[in-house]
Amino acid sequence: MTASDTSFVPKGRPLPQRQPLARVIDSLVFSIVLYSVIVGGIVFLAYSGAQAMGYNWQWYRIPQYFYTVTDDGFQWGEISTGLVKTLTLSATAFALAVLLGLLTALLRLSGLVVCTAVAVGFLELVRNIPLLVLLYVFYYVLGPIFGFDRYWASILCLAVFHAVLISEIFRAGINAVPKGQWEAATSIGMSKAQAYRYIILPQSVRFMLPPMTGEAVHMVKSSAIVSVIAVAELTTIGRNIISDTYMSFEIWFTIAAVYMVVTLILSIGVSFVERRYAVDT
Amino acid sequence: MSGDAAIITFDHVDKFYGDFHALKDISISVREGERMVVCGPSGSGKSTLIRCINGLEFHNSGVLTVDGVEVYEDSKEIYRLRQEVGMVFQQFNLFPHLTVLENLTIGPIKVRKVSPSEAEATARKYLERVRIPEQADKYPAALSGGQQQRVAIARSLCMESRIMLFDEPTSALDPEMINEVLDVMVELADTGMTMVVVTHEMGFARKVADTMVFMDGGEIVETAPPERFFTNPASARCRAFLDQILDH
Ligand SMILES: Nc1ncnc2c1ncn2[C@@H]1O[C@H](COP(=O)(O)OP(=O)(O)O)[C@@H](O)[C@H]1O
Ligand SMILES: [Mg+2]
Repeated sequence: MTASDTSFVPKGRPLPQRQPLARVIDSLVFSIVLYSVIVGGIVFLAYSGAQAMGYNWQWYRIPQYFYTVTDDGFQWGEISTGLVKTLTLSATAFALAVLLGLLTALLRLSGLVVCTAVAVGFLELVRNIPLLVLLYVFYYVLGPIFGFDRYWASILCLAVFHAVLISEIFRAGINAVPKGQWEAATSIGMSKAQAYRYIILPQSVRFMLPPMTGEAVHMVKSSAIVSVIAVAELTTIGRNIISDTYMSFEIWFTIAAVYMVVTLILSIGVSFVERRYAVDT
Repeated sequence: MSGDAAIITFDHVDKFYGDFHALKDISISVREGERMVVCGPSGSGKSTLIRCINGLEFHNSGVLTVDGVEVYEDSKEIYRLRQEVGMVFQQFNLFPHLTVLENLTIGPIKVRKVSPSEAEATARKYLERVRIPEQADKYPAALSGGQQQRVAIARSLCMESRIMLFDEPTSALDPEMINEVLDVMVELADTGMTMVVVTHEMGFARKVADTMVFMDGGEIVETAPPERFFTNPASARCRAFLDQILDH
């Protein structure tokens, strides 16, 4: 008997109705109204506050920073190029962070004293330095020594910083796979490397996807810090535009919105992937 | 059917977990083609004993030889040896992210480097043998416990193992599924496979065992052919244990 079976007439007495007030509060419409009132209130307060300061809103000047269409044709604006830079920077740093994080997690789980010591040393070192200081170390100290520019200093700094967090995600994901899986893999003659590759890691993916998304979002956001060494990404571009135009309210609102759109798209995309994995296993 | 050559030999083997003495001076051997059933109270070291045979655990002293190879932690031969020795676990331990067919072929393909088509043919042959050929493309979670355990048996057989170890293979099963697994094991015994089975299924033991072993407190207390083991065990501990599990 399914819910869509319209011929179904229950023999039992219907359940007592809920309180009318409780039904209203739980309804979707009520949630949307409440949400709109709160957001609208905040926007109104900000806006009227700015009016009171005599702030001169110039939203009409914002679109040109995304793209312009002139006699020369279509051209991307500064915010768009900055966004692309932010995305390539974050993506490269994230890829490196995943590799480094996996390596650290495997070293730590290897059971060999030397490897564990190396991994723990790396983790504690990075974990106890503020991100900003780490960035200065990479740019002012390691950069000149090893000969990389500000762009690569940013990427490496972000990669190292996030590798620490990602290695914990890997470690938890690997440990979440039951011990019996190791035993079964071992008992059919697999080496440790084969067991990781074919049995353990594929199963850990399911446990790791949600926190990994969180890390990817975190990466996009913390990439803003590289504006302090003037890498021309989104935040730096925002600052540059403001120093030319003094439109700080419009630009910061816009930059914040762009970050939000990117991270939201990331979260939604991954939740689709997650659902696929949930069905497969 | 049983040859005389010992394929598994424990010679004064001891095993510790930290300070805990889990196997005490074990000396026993299993002939090629022999079916040995091991029983004993929980915690007596039965699992430890058979897990040492394929190096899932390593003993601390004494000599353990399996198929002519000495088992110890750094042995270069340990991976090859594990291919010769199949193991069936109480909790099945199928790979949940792989289909039944992939569960059976991953070992042959990745470890034994058999071609995928040959591995699949072998896998289908053994699925037939354990009577679930129609489940090949399902994931383990979609199978009943009894079916999962039969897949696990087939997975070991696909490695063309010469020795099969069973660690309480029916203990996690609902009662109505126990026999479908035991039937498969009886058939396997009839093919002349060397088997070491930890189980409390005494009906099965009577049917297939060449040798019964009773363990208690990390020691082998009694080793006897089933006729004598069930009718006239030498030790009082063994008799008490049998009384306990046979009267219900
Ligand atoms: N990995 C381990 N670490 C420490 N003690 C263990 C471990 N495995 C088993 N033991 C101990 O060794 C004894 C024998 O265990 P086991 O061989 O599993 O017994 P059985 O299979 O007969 O129930 C038990 O007391 C158990 O607590
Ligand atoms: Mg046990």
